[in-house]
Amino acid sequence: MSYLNGSKMCGGYNGVQILNGCSISVDRGQVVVIVGPNGAGKSTAMKALLGIVPLTTGDVALDGKSLGGMDPQSRVNRGIAFVPQTDNIFPTMTVLENLKMGAYLRRDDIGASIEEVFETFPILRTKRGDLGRTLSGGQRQQLAVGRALMSQPTVLMLDEPTAGVSPNVAADLLRQIVALKERGLAVLMVEQNARQALEIADVGYVLVLGENRFTGSGQDLLADHEVRRSFLGG
Amino acid sequence: MDNLLNGLVLFLNFVVVPATSYGAQLALGALGVNLIFGVLRFSNFAHGDTMAFGTMLTILGTWALQSAGFSLGFLPTALAALPLGIAGTILFCLAADRLVYAHYRRQKAAPVVFMMASMGVMFILNGVVRIVIGPNERNFADGERFLVTAQQFKDATGLLEGVTIRTSQALTLAVAVLAVLALFLFLQRTRTGAAMRAFSDNETLALLCGVSPKVVIRTTWIIAATLMTVAGVLYGLDKSFRPFTYFQILLPIFAAAIVGGFGRPVGAIIGGFIVAFSEIALTYAYRKVVLYFLPGSDMGDSLLQLVPTDYKFSISFVILVVILIIAPTGILKAKSSS
Repeated sequence: MSYLNGSKMCGGYNGVQILNGCSISVDRGQVVVIVGPNGAGKSTAMKALLGIVPLTTGDVALDGKSLGGMDPQSRVNRGIAFVPQTDNIFPTMTVLENLKMGAYLRRDDIGASIEEVFETFPILRTKRGDLGRTLSGGQRQQLAVGRALMSQPTVLMLDEPTAGVSPNVAADLLRQIVALKERGLAVLMVEQNARQALEIADVGYVLVLGENRFTGSGQDLLADHEVRRSFLGG
Repeated sequence: MDNLLNGLVLFLNFVVVPATSYGAQLALGALGVNLIFGVLRFSNFAHGDTMAFGTMLTILGTWALQSAGFSLGFLPTALAALPLGIAGTILFCLAADRLVYAHYRRQKAAPVVFMMASMGVMFILNGVVRIVIGPNERNFADGERFLVTAQQFKDATGLLEGVTIRTSQALTLAVAVLAVLALFLFLQRTRTGAAMRAFSDNETLALLCGVSPKVVIRTTWIIAATLMTVAGVLYGLDKSFRPFTYFQILLPIFAAAIVGGFGRPVGAIIGGFIVAFSEIALTYAYRKVVLYFLPGSDMGDSLLQLVPTDYKFSISFVILVVILIIAPTGILKAKSSS
């Protein structure tokens, strides 16, 4: 049993079923990537793990305990941090204030965590007093990940962290994300940029129409002839 | 030289001083509108009438204190009754939120639905205030009426014209400055203040950070109710209390909030002063001022008044329309995006 486990999840929005029994699990110290064509339910699967999308059947368990019926906020309190794809920072608050909001529920000293985020993303240290809306796309994503880390999560979920970011910056960001798993975090990522993401994935899931199509290590999936032909463009 | 000074003093007395206190009152009103818009995301049409409600409670408290023989010396007794007015208005706003707005939040209604609901609240308050205290004018200012009288000013300076500063005007400015400072400190320095800014900035993300919407919404109403009551009482002390004028003041308050850009506290303050100065400067008759500056100039019978006082609300309206056409996000936002 993995640390975070979504099993046989079915569900969707407003009565439209998007997930058709897919299962996703991630362990601490692992980077897990969900890829697949548009409309495959990648983001929906992640949002189901977080409790934003209600499940009709199936279950989500964290560390062996079911999260069923729990709202997203309680799941966040249990150590799951989520970085949405867009609108993932507070634009009229400074970088430092953004990070402090990430630690909103913590009552202990957050100085060490801020320092840790600054070490992971040095650009944030130089921009600490700047308003969120003045940051570039890549800096915003770094701030969004930094903000999520401030709650000291055990699971970090990222919805397309490299979307709209230049290729160089995206590569940097992915490298920084890999560094996070070394700290014992369970990292789950949805990526449009499948090839680049699978390179760093310990486990990759290929979803199609809300079902698991292929599962394997990132390297295996990259090497798999059918996966390459169907989803990676040859 | 004396002529110039006299003209200037005349202008100070009839335009700058009254516009400053009126501007501060509008700014307090606009700050409340802004706060509610930022957090609850609707235009609160009940704002003016909630101000009237808070002022009414304060007047009732003032009467009770006065009949008990209580006095604050040269300050108006209403200041002592203000906490009662604020407390009552907070209770009313929290009740209105629970009975009316919470229902539409559960339904995830569109902002325009909230706005229409706030008009319903407005009509109810309208009636309540008229039933309790009546539709007539109430003057509840007591204490020393003037801080500086025209005569004192003339004696001190030897000029023909004088500047009058009423206690209510000085009080308005002092209380407004204190209220604004307190609000800014709260928003910038406290955990709940940061949560309110975060909630107003990005509601979904604030919830993901563990911000409790209940606390944020409750705090917003408490602060807004305080600002509304303070603004209403200051306005009532400065002019006088008549329920209908509090309904009318909604237009300049919204103009001020929109000029500054919705959801921007600093903008609300600037907007309040822009609207107040425009309204008073455009409705003032400049004949006497011009005669001081250019003695002997021939103006016929003209009072040199650009807009008749009866049309003063048209000024707010024109400001509103112009801003919505040229800078729909308000002057501050327009500036920062260029």
